[in-house]
Amino acid sequence: MSETTADILLLTLGSFGILIALTVLGEILRARQSAHENNPMLDTYMTRVQSWWGMVAFIGGALLLGKPGVMVLFGFASFAALREFLTLTTKAQADHLSLALAFFVVLPLQYVFMGLGWTGLFTVFIPVYAFLFLPMVSALRGDPQRFLVRVAETQWALMIAVFSVSHVPALMSLEIAGYGDRSVLLIAFLVMVVQCADLLDFFFGRRIGRTRIAPGLSPKTWEGLLCGVLSAMVIGAMLAWITPFGVLGAALMAGVAALVGMFGNIVVAAIKRDRGVKDWSHLIPGQGGFVDQLDSVIFAAPIFYQLTKYFYT
Amino acid sequence: MKFLRQFAARIVGQSIRIFARAITAVRAEWKGIEPVPRQRVYFANHTSNADMPMIWSVLPPALRRSVRPVAAADYWLKNRLRAFVGPEVFNCVLVDRRPEVKDKPMDTIIAALDEGASLILFPEGNRNMTDDPLLPFKAGLYNMGIARPDVDLIPTWVANLTEIMPKGEIIPLPLICTVTFGEPIHVREGESKDDFLKRAADALLAQRPLVRP
Repeated sequence: MSETTADILLLTLGSFGILIALTVLGEILRARQSAHENNPMLDTYMTRVQSWWGMVAFIGGALLLGKPGVMVLFGFASFAALREFLTLTTKAQADHLSLALAFFVVLPLQYVFMGLGWTGLFTVFIPVYAFLFLPMVSALRGDPQRFLVRVAETQWALMIAVFSVSHVPALMSLEIAGYGDRSVLLIAFLVMVVQCADLLDFFFGRRIGRTRIAPGLSPKTWEGLLCGVLSAMVIGAMLAWITPFGVLGAALMAGVAALVGMFGNIVVAAIKRDRGVKDWSHLIPGQGGFVDQLDSVIFAAPIFYQLTKYFYT
Repeated sequence: MKFLRQFAARIVGQSIRIFARAITAVRAEWKGIEPVPRQRVYFANHTSNADMPMIWSVLPPALRRSVRPVAAADYWLKNRLRAFVGPEVFNCVLVDRRPEVKDKPMDTIIAALDEGASLILFPEGNRNMTDDPLLPFKAGLYNMGIARPDVDLIPTWVANLTEIMPKGEIIPLPLICTVTFGEPIHVREGESKDDFLKRAADALLAQRPLVRP
């Protein structure tokens, strides 16, 4: 067993350990409250923990399988996210072909470019080529009603659900001197610090949060955010051994990723508010959707990727 | 042989359900009722041939076993495949809409209700090919509500199917289809047919998911 594989296994088992602790904690809290008392916060917490179980299992498994596993997992995540996003966007029958192209051509090609390591094309394919050509396909069908809204929203969906999501697996193809085949561990690092920051932001926000960041939009508070980012930096520093960043670098990278992720979460909340889908549970009952679950990771991924590429390759 | 056909029907049914989930990620929203076994008539909007399989797919197994879609005999008996899928996979209540036939559709439907089945019904009668959200309802829903007043009539909205597969397109888009179940309605004491049908249509329209354009 290679060192990388051993590290992935260790991280997965470690995460399972944390999840066992979190699950036991939730069950104790649940047992302590009376039967007909309803505690929505505890329910939110428990459903989140449940979906993390799935997430750790899937990501751990994919990382162990290596590149193909990661590509398939995040390709599917992109597909699910794009489907959720495009269900809510403005569209007309004139967009049918361009939307079909988005699902069945743009999305797979982005992952093919990622898999082949064509980083140049990978970076410009959606912001340049899809951006220019998909509106042409829509325009050829000759329906001008709300045209700019339609093409802009489709492009936004692609940027979030495909472009940004694909930057998580793309971390694997970064070639960092002296880091060897361990780039795959950057995925684990990013997902773990951002998700832990989310959990701790949620926890501290409920405990000591007072000042809403965006009132009427998101329950996030500045106090929760600060605690979340600081915890992410501590966790990042503790995970420095799986990164090429060094302890201080790992803390900073974790802090930036967590910060971007939290503001990304507010952006997603704004989109949902605008479309009148208020509940997390509106997309997939009990769990929220893919975008809800991964919004912070999605926003953090391109920034994390670019920073790593700029400073460490 | 009968056993084999039943087995095949179950396999086909499961395949349709999995296929519907994979293509449209179809999901149920239980807004006005709980997914519990109770005799109900789910009345739904009808824009596509996929409406009925969608509703059927989101029902939990216990409810799916006791539900029978009301469907046109001329469509489901057209060829041998349909004659297998309609009556045996979906367990359709087939009604013959031709005027010269002796069995009146309502008698068949009431008979199914009296056997304890729940129904899926499209009160518009035909597929809605217009831009209006609903066509005027036929009298069937009202007659049913008068004849069996205890049965809950559930407004059931199937959303997004027209965007998944608009008329004249070949490739379906894998968007999320939502089936929303509203609060039950009944025919009120002394309510006229037109009043009730209008109220039923409004109750159905109220189930449309609010997505601001």
